[in-house]
Amino acid sequence: MGNNNVQKADNKQIVNKLFRKSWWKIATVVLLVYTVVAGLLFDVPRLAILNETVRVLHFHVPMWFGMIILLTFSVVYSVKYLRKPELQHDIYAVEFANAGVVFGILGIISGSVWAKFTWGAWWSNDPKQNGAAIGLLIYFAYFILRNSLEDEQQKAKISAVYNIFAFAALIPLLFILPRLTDSLHPGNGGNPGFNTYDMNSDLRKVFYTAVLGWTLLGGWLASMRIRMRIIKQKINEKHEENYLRTDHLAAVERESHSL
Amino acid sequence: MLLLSASLIPSNAQVVENAPQEAKTPSVEMADVFRQDGKIYVVVAVMLVILGGVTVYMVGIDRKLNKLEKELDIH
Repeated sequence: MGNNNVQKADNKQIVNKLFRKSWWKIATVVLLVYTVVAGLLFDVPRLAILNETVRVLHFHVPMWFGMIILLTFSVVYSVKYLRKPELQHDIYAVEFANAGVVFGILGIISGSVWAKFTWGAWWSNDPKQNGAAIGLLIYFAYFILRNSLEDEQQKAKISAVYNIFAFAALIPLLFILPRLTDSLHPGNGGNPGFNTYDMNSDLRKVFYTAVLGWTLLGGWLASMRIRMRIIKQKINEKHEENYLRTDHLAAVERESHSL
Repeated sequence: MLLLSASLIPSNAQVVENAPQEAKTPSVEMADVFRQDGKIYVVVAVMLVILGGVTVYMVGIDRKLNKLEKELDIH
């Protein structure tokens, strides 16, 4: 009976109203068009080794900013789920994690390409690279864990707990461990090619726009997948209703036959 | 896309670079600037085309979701 009540609470199909609004999607596109145009045409600092590749800043780094923001949303919804077991929260958590991981994969690949032409190798086992790779693997395990569980509530609960641990592991892997040792990556150890002092106002103007634009794009992707899952949930529910109804009819028929 | 990219080119740069040429021969208006600076404008145009395509695709998916939600009465 108690289980039944939980089930009922889950079935509130409410899509966040913001997901259907178009103003922020228009803003996303405008910001990204600005990022591409300004990011490729505006003046950039003339730095040795980096040369024009400094412009990758507007495309590679926002992937990681976007990933962290999306994964933060994900972990918030996991906590929400644990506080109140509504499947809706689980749907939000998994889809924000999905979008976040896509950004992380794009970040690690774009970083590898950038590294090839500035650090000299696709992969130099730099602490920042290895940390990012381990972090992503931890998140891959999140999806594998989810897919290995059948029961919806169990899947949601266990993966919510795991998600919190994954996030807690990711932060030190990306932002603390690489700083404790030497790294080629800017902001970690001494990299002469590019460090925080080189982030001048020319770059900043485009960079912050880029972060906002790319993050909103991730949000847009996540929102559409969330809506897709809610639609799927609704369809399943309708099937179940139909099944129960026909079951009921069959029972009535059996009864009438026995009479 | 091409128009957009072309309009972004600073016009004074064109004037300065074309000035000495104009003195020698009557200049013919051509889309020269688009091919200057290592053809970076081509890259901008291509990226805008791709971004535009992705946007159109995503708007299409968004609309389909709207329709499905209406059909299934999801608020």
